[in-house]
Formats: sequence, C-alpha cells, structure tokens
Amino acid sequence: MRNYLVLRVIAKLLIPFMLVFALYVQFHGDFGPGGGFQAGVITAAAMILYGIIFGLPTARKVIPEWVVETMLAAGVLIYAGVGVAGLLLGGNYLDYFVLDHSPVHGQERGIFWVEAGVLITVAGVMLKIFYMFAGRRREDPDQ
Amino acid sequence: MAFAVVAIIVQRNLFAVVVLSGIYSFLMATVLVALDAVDVAMTEASVGAGISTVLLLGALYLVGAEETKPMHRPWLPLGIAVVTGGMLVYGTLGLPPFSDPNAPIHTHVAKRYIEEGVRETGVPNIVTAVLASYRGYDTLGETTVVFTAGAGVIALLRRRRRSREEEK
Repeated sequence: MRNYLVLRVIAKLLIPFMLVFALYVQFHGDFGPGGGFQAGVITAAAMILYGIIFGLPTARKVIPEWVVETMLAAGVLIYAGVGVAGLLLGGNYLDYFVLDHSPVHGQERGIFWVEAGVLITVAGVMLKIFYMFAGRRREDPDQ
Repeated sequence: MAFAVVAIIVQRNLFAVVVLSGIYSFLMATVLVALDAVDVAMTEASVGAGISTVLLLGALYLVGAEETKPMHRPWLPLGIAVVTGGMLVYGTLGLPPFSDPNAPIHTHVAKRYIEEGVRETGVPNIVTAVLASYRGYDTLGETTVVFTAGAGVIALLRRRRRSREEEK
C-alpha cells in the first residue's frame, strides 16, 4: 500500500496522535478510564497501522524484532520486580505501601510501575503476533 | 447487533464476516459505554474491533476468503448450542435483579473499595485502584497469561518456518 498517497499522508498525521493518546490513556488512567492494557493495545495498533501502510520491512526497521521480544519479557519482569522491591523494602510481595515514605505515594508509585509493565508486555505481544502473522507467505496449494 | 450476528451466520464470504464482527465489536463497545463500563468499552473497541480484525485479515490472506459449504447439516452442534444457551438463560433467572444494592457481590469487598479506595491508594479511578493495587496478584497473572500467549505464538510459528527451511 506504499503508493496510496492519501493513506500515507493520513497515517503520518494520525500515528503521532495515536501514540500520544496511548500515553494519555496510560498516565491518565489513575483519574479517567484506561490503564496499561488499553494503552498497550493502542500503542500496538499505531505500530500495526504503520506496518500496514508502509510495509512490514519498514516497521521492522522502526521497531526491530529483538526489541519486541525483549518488551515481551521486560513487562512481566517489571511487574514482578515491583513485587520484589516491596519484599526488599520490608513489605509483602506486591505490597506498595513501603515504596515511599507515605503509604499513599507508595501506592501511586507501585501502580505506576505495574501499569508500565502491563503496557510494555501487551504492546510487545500484540506487535509480535502481528509480525508473525504478517511475515508469513501464503502456502501454494499446488505444491 | 442482532442484524450483524445474523449477517455473520448467513455470509459465506469470510472477508465480510471479519468486517461484520468488527462492527459488532464497536456496537458492543457502545453498549458497554451505556452501562458505564468505559474501561471495558475501550478494550473492546481497541482489541475486538482493531487488533483482532487486523489479525483475522492477516489469517484470511493466508487461507483464502471463501468458506466451503459444510458437508452435512450441523444439527448436533446446533442442539448443543441451544441447550447450553437455554441453561445459561435459566441460570440468569437465579441472579439478583440488575443494580440491586443488596446483591452478594456488592456486600463483600466492593464497599471497602469504593469507600476507602481513594484514601488508601490516592487513585480516583476505582477500576485502576482495584486492578493494580487490591487485585495486584490477579493482574500479575493476567500479564503472565498475555506473555505466555505471545511466547506460544512465537514457538508455534517460528518452528514451522524453520522446518520448511530444512525441507529445502
């Protein structure tokens, strides 16, 4: 679809706003609707749109496969790491109260990192599945 | 929504089915907004209508867009579906009425989440507070499930590619 001028221009216009909206959903999730999962899906959707319009090789250049695969594991590790941090600071596993001087701030900090972990894993998984599906060729039925 | 469902059943062209299920997801998202479940509506719109439509279209590119005629009339699956649906509807008759404040689900921990949530977590959005803080273990499990799904897809698809290269 590289040759459709309208699609290319519209995609270029839209993708920055999609990414900003994803960040808004992520960081405003404390106050309004949204959170890590939704933000991750929106991030992945923006990248998938880019991949559809500009071709998979270009998308692979922007976000290489190894970055996506690292994101897959990094998100879960961040999430679990928040729990371990709580353990090291003297609380229970996934106990956020100990992460800061005041318990409420500790909660906010814990929720922030946990949501970041969810965002990274979800975006990574969606992108990886898209790469995997779109990277395959149609099998020739005659062979 | 009923129209979309009937059209999905009748259609033999899988491309139309994918587009219709995307429309169905958007309609479902509007229903969820009407029920004040904005977080779920957002997920439904982005995952159901966005990502899964793209992935299904990618799958259609691999397998072709026309559904073959079934070999025999699917009476047995139809019967099982009708019986299961009937049992589920029968089960809903035993539920407390919609938005009943005395329903068991509202009297257990939900009260504490609503009354103490802002003070204890400092997060005004109850959904986020419950998901990330009170139910942190569950969300960790969910994230692990998503991770496992991604790892499973990688394992399945990559092995096929490698075996084909060995054949050549």
